[in-house]
This record gives sequence, C-alpha cells and structure tokens, in this order.
Amino acid sequence: MKKKNGQLLQGNEAVVEGALYAGCSFYAGYPITPSTEIAEVLSVKLPERGGTFIQMEDEIASIGACLGASLAGAKSMTATSGPGFSLMQELIGYGVISEIPMVLVNVMRFGPSTGLPTSPSQGDVMQARWGTHGDHPIIVLTADSVPETFEMTVKAFNFSEKYRIPVILLLDEVVGHMREKITIPAEGEVKVVDRLKPEMPPEWYAPYADTNTGVPPMAAFGDGYRHHVTGLVHDAQGFPTAKPEEVVSGMDRLFSKISRGFSEVCITEELYCDDAKTIILSYGAAARSARDAVETMRADGEKVGLIKLKTLWPFPKAALEKYEKSVENIIVAEMNRGQIYREVWRVARGRWQVGKALAPYGNMLTPDMILDVARKVTK
Amino acid sequence: MTTPNRIILDKYLRHNKKFPHIWCPGCGIGIVLAALLRAIDRTGWTKDEIVLVSGIGCSSRAPVYVDFNTLHTAHGRALPFATGIKAARPPLKVIVFTGDGDCAAIGGNHLIHACRRNIDITTVVVNNYIYGMTGGQQSPTTPEGMKATTATRGVIDQPFHIAELAASAGATFAARSTTYHAKELESFILKGLEHKGFSLVEAISQAPVCFGRRNGMGDPVEMVKREKELAIPISKTAGMTFEEKKDKIVTGIIEEREAQEWTDLYAGVKKTAGEE
Amino acid sequence: MAKANVKRKVVIYRDWCKQCGICSTFCPTGCIVKEEDGYPFPRYIEKCIGCRLCELRCPEFAITVEEWEKSK
Ligand SMILES: Cc1ncc(C[n+]2csc(CCOP(=O)(O)OP(=O)(O)O)c2C)c(N)n1
Ligand code: SF4
Ligand code: SF4
Ligand code: SF4
Ligand SMILES: [Mg+2]
Repeated sequence: MKKKNGQLLQGNEAVVEGALYAGCSFYAGYPITPSTEIAEVLSVKLPERGGTFIQMEDEIASIGACLGASLAGAKSMTATSGPGFSLMQELIGYGVISEIPMVLVNVMRFGPSTGLPTSPSQGDVMQARWGTHGDHPIIVLTADSVPETFEMTVKAFNFSEKYRIPVILLLDEVVGHMREKITIPAEGEVKVVDRLKPEMPPEWYAPYADTNTGVPPMAAFGDGYRHHVTGLVHDAQGFPTAKPEEVVSGMDRLFSKISRGFSEVCITEELYCDDAKTIILSYGAAARSARDAVETMRADGEKVGLIKLKTLWPFPKAALEKYEKSVENIIVAEMNRGQIYREVWRVARGRWQVGKALAPYGNMLTPDMILDVARKVTK
Repeated sequence: MTTPNRIILDKYLRHNKKFPHIWCPGCGIGIVLAALLRAIDRTGWTKDEIVLVSGIGCSSRAPVYVDFNTLHTAHGRALPFATGIKAARPPLKVIVFTGDGDCAAIGGNHLIHACRRNIDITTVVVNNYIYGMTGGQQSPTTPEGMKATTATRGVIDQPFHIAELAASAGATFAARSTTYHAKELESFILKGLEHKGFSLVEAISQAPVCFGRRNGMGDPVEMVKREKELAIPISKTAGMTFEEKKDKIVTGIIEEREAQEWTDLYAGVKKTAGEE
Repeated sequence: MAKANVKRKVVIYRDWCKQCGICSTFCPTGCIVKEEDGYPFPRYIEKCIGCRLCELRCPEFAITVEEWEKSK
C-alpha cells in the first residue's frame, strides 16, 4: 500500500481504509443510513484485493456471515446503524462466547425505532455494552475525527484478533459523514495484529483451552484442526458442558482474557488535565465541541481539562482515577440522555461532582451548550 | 454398495463424544444423520474439508457427534454462517443440518435467499413437523388439523412444503424422502452433495415423543409405517390436484437443474475487479 | 434369496439400542425379532439376505451387518 498524502475522506470511507489496512478480507452487510457508504465502497474495493463482499438479506444474516467467514479464517466486518444494530444483538453474544474475532461498525442515528434516521446521536452506548443477553465482556471503541476513525478501525481489528472477540466501533452520524484530510499510513507504519494460529499437532489442539494470555490459538475451518464450535457453554475442546467446574473456568476465562488487557484496550486522550479542577469527559463528535469549550475556558484562565474516550467499554475508569485527588468536577458531554454520565457517576462514588452537558434530541452538542454547564460549575 | 455402519462408526463418529446420543428412542434424526454420513463417505471428500453447520433444535444437535469441522450456531442462523464460510473459503464443502422450525420459520428468510443465490451449500432438513427441542409446539410444516402444545385444538395455518419452497426460491436441487426410505434418502443427499449450487434435501422424519404421541400416531414403528403408506413418488403425482396431494408425502427429486453458482460468479467479479 | 456361498452376521450393540423396534419390524425376512426383554436379536440369521435395511434405519448407529464368502 503506498502512502497517500492528504486525501479528503469521509469518516465512513476512513472505516473502509482502516479495515483494508488491517487486512479485512470479508464484508457482509445490509444497507442502512448513515452507514451505507461503508458497504458501497467495500463492494468496489474488496474484490479488487481478492476479498469478498456480500449483501445479505438482513442484519442478523450479515453478522452471521461475518462470524462464519471469520471461522473460515477471514478478517471480517459488518457495518450498520440503530435498527440493524438491534437485529444483530443475538449473534454478538454468539461471537463472544465462541470467541470469534470480527468488527461491527455502528454509525449511530437518533432515537428508538426508525427515529430520525439522518440526525446525529450517541444513543447506542449502553446497547453496545449490554445489547446481547447474558453477562458478557465486550470491547467498544469510538472516534471523533476522520483520521481517528482510521486509527480506531485498525485497532478494532487488532483487538478482535488478539482477544478473539467481536469488537464494536461506535461512530456517530457526524463523524461518519464529515470530510477531513487524512494521510493513510504506509504499510508497516501501524501495527497490524493477526490471530494466533495453533502450532501443536491437531490431536493436541483444544480450541478453548486456557493459555498464558487467556486467549487460545484459533484454527480456521479447513486448516486440518477439526473442532466443534457452539454457542452453548463448552469445555476446552468446544463440546457442550454443564459441569460446574468447566462452566466456571470457561466463563471466567472469557472475562479475564479481556481484563488482563485493560491497560492496552482502554484508550483515552487528555488535554490540560494535570492542573485541572474540572474535567470535561467526552467522546465521538461531542468531543470536538468539548475540546472547543475547554480551549475557550483555558483562554479565560479557568483550570479545565479534557478527557476524550476512544474506548467506551471496558470503561476506562483508570484514566479518571488518576485525578482522584486533584479534580473536583467531571462534566460528561454526550449526545444522549446521559448514558456515559451514569457510568461516570457510578465510578465516581462521591469522589467528584459529576455534571452533564447533553444533546438528547438528535441535535449536535455545541461548545456553547457545554460552556453553559461548565461555567456554572467553575463559578 | 452403501457404506457399512462399521466404517461410519470408525471414521465419522467422534470417539470422545458420549453415545448413545441425546435423541429419544425411535426418533428419526439419527437415521437422517446416518444417511448423510454414508452419502458423505461416497463423495470421497476428506473430513478436513467438510464443515457441518446447524442451528438450534433436536436436529441441530447432530454436528457435535461427528468428526468434521462442526458449527452449532443460533436458532435459524445456520445458513448465514454457512454462507460466510463458503463465500470466504470456497474450496470447503459446506453442509447444513437443520430442522423444519430452524430453517423454515425463524430461518425462513435466510433459506429463500440462500436458494436465490444458488451458493454451493447442501442443506439437509429434518422435517418432523414440529418444534421438538422445545417440547412440541406448532412448526411451519405441521399439517392442518394436527395438534401441538400451542395448537391444542388443531393447527389452522397452512404448512410449508420445504422442498418445493426451496425450488421456487431458486434452489437448483431439491428433493424429498423419508426415514423409511433411508436408502433413497442417502442417494438424494449424495446427489445434493455432488450438485454444484444450492441443494436441499428434505427428510421426513418421525418424532414419536413430541409429535406422534400427541397426535395418536402410535410408536415409532407406526410412524415409520405411516411414512411408507403416505409416500407417493413424484412421478405418480401427474394429474393429481392440490387437495389429493395434500395429505401425501411426495417423494423424489423436485428440482434439478444447472445454473451458475455464487462463488464461481464472485470469482468472476474478483477477476474483473482486479483487472480494472 | 440368501446366496448360498455367503455367510452373514448381524451385530446389534445393546448399549446403544433404545429398543424402538424399527429394525425387527421392517426386516423383510423376519431375521431380526424383538425378544422378550425388548431388545432385537437376529434369531433367524440364515434368513438374512444382507439388504442392510436394519442398519440403515437404526436411529442409534447400533447395527452392523457383516458379510463374507464362505470358505469351501
Ligand atoms: C431465538 C430463539 N428463539 C427460540 C428458541 C427456542 N427454540 C429452540 S429449538 C426451537 C425449535 C426447533 O424446531 P426444529 O428446528 O423443527 O427442530 P427439532 O427440534 O424439531 O429437530 C425453538 C423454538 C431459541 N433457541 N432461539
Ligand atoms: S422425538 Fe422429538 S423431542 Fe425427542 S429427539 Fe426427536 S424431535 Fe427431539
Ligand atoms: S440385512 Fe436385511 S434381512 Fe438381514 S437382518 Fe437386516 S434387514 Fe433383515
Ligand atoms: S432399530 Fe436400532 S435402536 Fe431400534 S430396536 Fe433396532 S437396534 Fe435398537
Ligand atoms: Mg422440527
């Protein structure tokens, strides 16, 4: 891949570039605004590179095909928006318990049901965390710009391959559709991770055995390591089990393989936090306004900082706890009715005052809306 | 000659799985699985290149017992997974083993679209006219008037005829047989496996515990006898009205034609795309 | 008809048999009979024609029909 300087790309196109950079060779999807461009562009680009694009009959078929393709060895991705994300939920859990890497992009739109299909929102944050049934770990990433969308798409693939888990990239309509300058890194410039393959003889292969990282190597169907994959709770061989000791070890490993990676997986960016008394915490398109608000207040001499989340789940609470002593207020700026606000409040346990600046009507959260809230706090 | 059971036992059953299997005494699912394994043996394919995919249901429990790459997915979703596997790695031999509820109710949309794509997957449906695993609720193939736990006064919906449904949706091979006609069933499955394109074989099967009992159909033996009595080869149905055929089991090859297959066509797309 | 120079053995694996009665009922020659304990048994093995229908229709993979040439 040659380095292309200063292209003007849409966020959705940056998803495509990031996916291809990370080695995505399979896409299955169903069109929905505002994610459709991802499918359209990949339908052109994947076959040019020997990859496969398939338009499925609905969103659960799309995620099913991606999981199947991944089991056959392909790095796979699907993209959707609200209603389609709802339809995919059952199989997210399948991917988690069966430990199948894949990337799911949800370019959020506003409201339950059909809502406001072309209006921006960050209303699926909790659904991304808890949408599929049952206790489960999950990795959810986000981005606030076109270059960051590229970066986080590559990370989404890397984490999914490394930890054998579906990774959700939660974008919003603003980021998906805005155009910005981006320089695609040259091949090799950004690390690309591939799943670990088994090296032992097939007779010794246990597809769900514990390892020193908690992540077992993954053989593809057709590689000579015949094994069983099921959504039932299974033993190290992949066969269904209800034996308490096997349920305990299997389920605990599912969580611990991710928690062992928290320091790598939980990504945040900080601005002026060192001496800050008030931190504005934000992500996605809202973080752009938050940064603007922070700069304005700094110019006024206020001790305000910014924490931008690039990982939403697992929630990067360590980034906040660093400022346990120095910070008094945290204001969560987001485009919903306070989904991350509740998480921050839960994590705060009274250590900070937690406030919120919200845009819950399919509207953009502006710097002024954040300033209104922040100035009251800092008064 | 058909493959002796001895070879099936040695070569295809997973030795680290516990037998006898979970299915009820006399349930026909085991007969259908055995027919599939004998058909597979006749293809000469290696176990490493075969992927057996199922959904959820009693029938869909089959893959765990056999020594291929096996995938037990979610209810209704075997075909999307299978499609992803086949599309991503076309040399693999992808076979779906499913139930009437799994493939014609919750997975019905996937079924017709897999047919429409004519993707090279062989689907074996165990049609026992009922939701077995959940204890005998009405399925989309339960004949009108029959009883189920959710239709105690008799089913009023019209049933699907899965093989015909598949054929009209574009499957290029569709056939139906029964567990009584185990030899014929095996030969249809073999044809389906060797057919290039989407193939479906519907195996009418007895479910004595969850269906037969509630409908006064007697023991498994009586149910198998019934298959024998109701079966009518498709060659003998010319001129029969819909009403006359309604209570029969029409056996035979319902559809067999050649058409371009999806992964072949997509290989063409890749070729042109690469040259542009 | 049973070929004169062929010897046959029908082995029924009782551990897997669930006594459904399919093999004995549909054996075309009456070779297999259902015993009093409910298990099938190839009582009249001389009648067996090696059609293997019992094997094909056993839902439990519990029957194997063996066939070999009689040595002179
Ligand atoms: C999404 C979802 N809905 C419902 C179920 C419950 N369920 C499990 S199996 C089944 C029906 C299976 O019927 P069929 O496919 O005919 O298989 P059989 O058991 O008859 O072989 C149902 C409704 C489920 N597992 N998942
Ligand atoms: S008889 Fe019914 S419940 Fe029993 S195994 Fe067969 S389908 Fe399942
Ligand atoms: S092979 Fe045929 S004749 Fe012999 S026991 Fe079996 S069913 Fe009866
Ligand atoms: S068919 Fe099989 S399970 Fe049924 S009685 Fe005969 S040996 Fe037993
Ligand atoms: Mg059924």
